[in-house]
Amino acid sequence: MSGIPFFPYQASTVAGQVDALYFVWLAVSAVFSLLIAGMIVYFMVRFKRKSEDEHGREVHGNLMLEIAWSGIPLVICLAMFFWGTKVFFDVSRPPADAVEYFVTGKQWMWKIQHPSGAKEINDLHVPVGVPVKLTMTSEDVIHSFFLPSFRIKQDVLPGRYTSLWFEATRPGKYHIFCAEYCGAEHSRMGGSVYVMPKEEYEAWLSGGLAGKPPVVAGQELFSTMACSTCHMAGPASRGPELHGLFGSDVQLASGRTIKVDDAYLRESILTPTAKVVAGFEPLMPTYQGQLTEEQLNSLIAYIKSLPKLEGAAGQQAVAAPPATGGEG
Amino acid sequence: MSDVAHPGLAHHFESYEQQRQSASLGMWVFLAQEIMFFGGMFLAYMVYRSRYPLAFIAGSHHLDIGLGAFNTAVLIGSSLTMALGVRAAQLGRRKAVVLFLILTLILGSIFLVVKYFEYSEKWDHHLIPGKHFHFEGEGKFAEVPQGPMQIFFSLYFAMTGFHALHMIVGVILILYMLRPAWQGKYTPENHNYVEGFGLYWHFVDIVWIFLFPLLYLIGRH
Amino acid sequence: MSSAAATAEYPKKHYLNATQGILSWLLTKDHKRIAILYLVSVSAFFMLGGLMAMLVRLELLTPAGDLLGPDSYNRAFTMHGVLMVFFFLLPVVPAILGNFVLPIMIGAKDLAFPKINLLSWYLYMAGGSFTLYAMAQGGVDTGWTFYAPFSTTYSNSYVMATAIGVFINGFSSILTGLNFIVTVHRMRAPGMTWFRLPLFIWANYATSLVMILGTPVVAIAIALIGLERVVGLGIFDPARGGDPVLFQHLFWFYSHPAVYIMVLPAMGVISELMATFSRKSVFGYRLVAFSSIAIAVLGFLVWGHHMFVSGQSVYTSVVFSVLTMLVAIPSAIKVFNWSTTMYEGSVSYDTPMLYALGFLGLFTIGGLTGVMLATLGFDIHVHDTYFVVAHFHYVMVGGTVMAYLGGLHYWWPKMFGRMYPVFWSKISAMLVFVGFNLTFFPQFIVGYLGMPRRYWQYPDEFQIWNVLSTAGASVLGVGFLLPSFYLLWSLKYGKVAGPNPWGAVGLEWTTPSPPPTENFESIPVVEGGPYDYATGEKIFVLKGKEAHVV
Repeated sequence: MSGIPFFPYQASTVAGQVDALYFVWLAVSAVFSLLIAGMIVYFMVRFKRKSEDEHGREVHGNLMLEIAWSGIPLVICLAMFFWGTKVFFDVSRPPADAVEYFVTGKQWMWKIQHPSGAKEINDLHVPVGVPVKLTMTSEDVIHSFFLPSFRIKQDVLPGRYTSLWFEATRPGKYHIFCAEYCGAEHSRMGGSVYVMPKEEYEAWLSGGLAGKPPVVAGQELFSTMACSTCHMAGPASRGPELHGLFGSDVQLASGRTIKVDDAYLRESILTPTAKVVAGFEPLMPTYQGQLTEEQLNSLIAYIKSLPKLEGAAGQQAVAAPPATGGEG
Repeated sequence: MSDVAHPGLAHHFESYEQQRQSASLGMWVFLAQEIMFFGGMFLAYMVYRSRYPLAFIAGSHHLDIGLGAFNTAVLIGSSLTMALGVRAAQLGRRKAVVLFLILTLILGSIFLVVKYFEYSEKWDHHLIPGKHFHFEGEGKFAEVPQGPMQIFFSLYFAMTGFHALHMIVGVILILYMLRPAWQGKYTPENHNYVEGFGLYWHFVDIVWIFLFPLLYLIGRH
Repeated sequence: MSSAAATAEYPKKHYLNATQGILSWLLTKDHKRIAILYLVSVSAFFMLGGLMAMLVRLELLTPAGDLLGPDSYNRAFTMHGVLMVFFFLLPVVPAILGNFVLPIMIGAKDLAFPKINLLSWYLYMAGGSFTLYAMAQGGVDTGWTFYAPFSTTYSNSYVMATAIGVFINGFSSILTGLNFIVTVHRMRAPGMTWFRLPLFIWANYATSLVMILGTPVVAIAIALIGLERVVGLGIFDPARGGDPVLFQHLFWFYSHPAVYIMVLPAMGVISELMATFSRKSVFGYRLVAFSSIAIAVLGFLVWGHHMFVSGQSVYTSVVFSVLTMLVAIPSAIKVFNWSTTMYEGSVSYDTPMLYALGFLGLFTIGGLTGVMLATLGFDIHVHDTYFVVAHFHYVMVGGTVMAYLGGLHYWWPKMFGRMYPVFWSKISAMLVFVGFNLTFFPQFIVGYLGMPRRYWQYPDEFQIWNVLSTAGASVLGVGFLLPSFYLLWSLKYGKVAGPNPWGAVGLEWTTPSPPPTENFESIPVVEGGPYDYATGEKIFVLKGKEAHVV
């Protein structure tokens, strides 16, 4: 980088929006700062004390003025609030077609898994112009995934998922930082995000990075851990049917209805008795401590990939996992 | 401003009335602070109870409702004796002040002894959060995961522990007050100390009145 | 300075020589002496915290981690934060300036509970000792925020000793607040109605409310962290289903209002300075008074803006964002009212006024960047970067420290009866202002560039801004050191100040400098508002004797 840097690169679809907020705020701040500074300097000079026993003329206040300088900042603040919130919603809501990557933070590295199964540490390769969603969790303390050139950041917590999305607009190499203090090597917990044209990305992917797609790994785990004995055993299943489960609403034993999402699946694997589906006994043992974050993610990816079964109601479905995980 | 100097008047006050009002306001402000102190734990309790309802019911069933109820009765009794003590101080009845302070002291100590037995029972059953924690649930609680159970017992120990700490401070303060009480220092004109302590003691009781149902009575309609 | 100073005589008997010996200080119940005890100890902690800041700045001079190892660096910035926040910024204005002048300003002989006041100081020292012990043993590396689960499970440093220190110190703060509230309610001189109270009193009253209602929450949060470390409780432990974000909520429920504990009394000082050095009443007295209370109340409703990227719900963030915007309004009102106080005034350029004017400039920038950070879409980029570091230093150092130094230079002649060298004090004020801006303005830029806070090493392209910042820090350091020399010098050699060197109104200027132990010969009767300069007539009556003002 040459010269003195003032702004980071704009390399994502939201970067321009955040910068626009920044510039408008800078302008507002400049106006107010200059106004106040000008007022102070003018009064200092104009009303400089002329003799030792001089005192001020009494001005107790001015209601109109005071209303004005309470009201005008309020209006500006509220306008900026609405604008800032709109940008915030854009940044927090991934588009439905976003490609999902999985990120695990641990002291002091980022482990990243592509949808293809390719794994990287501290680096992230993404295609340009494709919305990417990062589903993130931590194995130990709180971290924060920060991409300054994309103007986005999200804390990464142990024991739950958070997510972040972006669409890169400009090929290049940009910083990844950990922004939440996490211990000795906090400042070294980072790397680079490489934004590549689509073809280059495909070529990079086929460059022989080992790893199974999470859906496939999840399917294997599903059978080695014998999940299917309860969850895909036909009409007499002791556990709920998993086909088409993700994204649907289920009724719990407590009477509450809940939408099945990543967090619910994660909780139901780790602490199965927390939210039992109505009509089932709390029989499932906990898998806390028996699965790594990656394995857990693979299982969830597999469950998410199971399509809704046609015809008969879910409960009578034939226990047949899909041939390959590809069509999830 | 009073013209006759009051025996208990501190040098920086203008009148004893001013001093009395200051002491009482000070105590109330202190109690506001106490409410916020316990409030933090009540908030944590609320968050986790809604997150892990089953664990909280399981944990609650393990607590000894008999001992809890007994202790509640003991504390309510101590509040009564304390109130009578304050009344006696207001009337300047020296022996009654001493008597009621001692009764309060005894009841407070009984509470703490019962608490000790409850805690040691938890110890024997490996219910102290940490490495050796193990909760043996029965019946419908057999499958309650250990993590949230630890959280229930963490909250139980934190909340009752800080409450017991307040009780211990209260008991020490009573011991400290017994001598001046015996010497007849607490008179109708000069009983700020007893009154302020009374407020404190009632506050500690009230905290328990909240703790008892929240910890012992979940899911036992 | 008014001509009164020229003929002034140093009083023979005053609070400083009323009793002799070290024990008469260590066991004193005189609020003025306790203020001096705080002055000495808080200054010591400030020096120590400043030393840590210098270590941090020196390390950041180069992109590579070369001066300190990562562990030492993390301990240095943690100790800087802990010492500065808990042992300097929180007590500095209330416990030193407030302790000294609050009772005098309302016409009382002392605070309502002198023994509790002394106890506060001992708790402060006890808390400080635990923290120093932790430091001597090797320090603590959690950051001053003690986030779980790093602080509970992963840190191998002296978290427990520091947590005990902060916990105990919290009760020092609570007891000071309690004392102030009761004193303001019950100890006001006859005729001192609520709307005749100086704005410094309003500000300290509002501060005390925050101390009472906020501090116990952080006390319990930090106690639970300690218990989790030592006894094994699991309230914030994600491995057992606990929620580390809950700790953040409890922590910021106090630690955001704590910002107002630091800045509200500072605002009170500024109100006094603007009135005195413009010889005029504060523009819109009632609005300024109420805005202090509004800030204290609203300050409790905005803690979530520290957690926009923590994983809290999007809608929660929206609510906290708009509430934060609202808390900016009373602050804006104050800045405008202070500035216009000079209008039609008689403005002097005495040292305290220079600090006050510096405060106005820096606090404006601190406040404006504060509302910028409250803007959700903007915050997610700069959250946890140097932009935030720069922002809160503009508020804390540019606000609180500038106001404290202004207040110290204002009341110094009252505290010790002697004047400091004017020339050097103005030089120091200039150095602080220039050095401060040079230190922290570049941090806004490097923060927007994306440099995260608490980084021990950083990419090369950030270096230019870090070099500027470190250069500024050394100027700032000199600016902070200078006063300790000339103020100490003035204790012995300074010109005798007289009771009212500034020609100010206000009860504290009607009593000798230094004041007698019980502040007044007799309790004053107040017959006018706090800033009645224009009438130029008698304002206070000291039982038969009229105190001439101006």
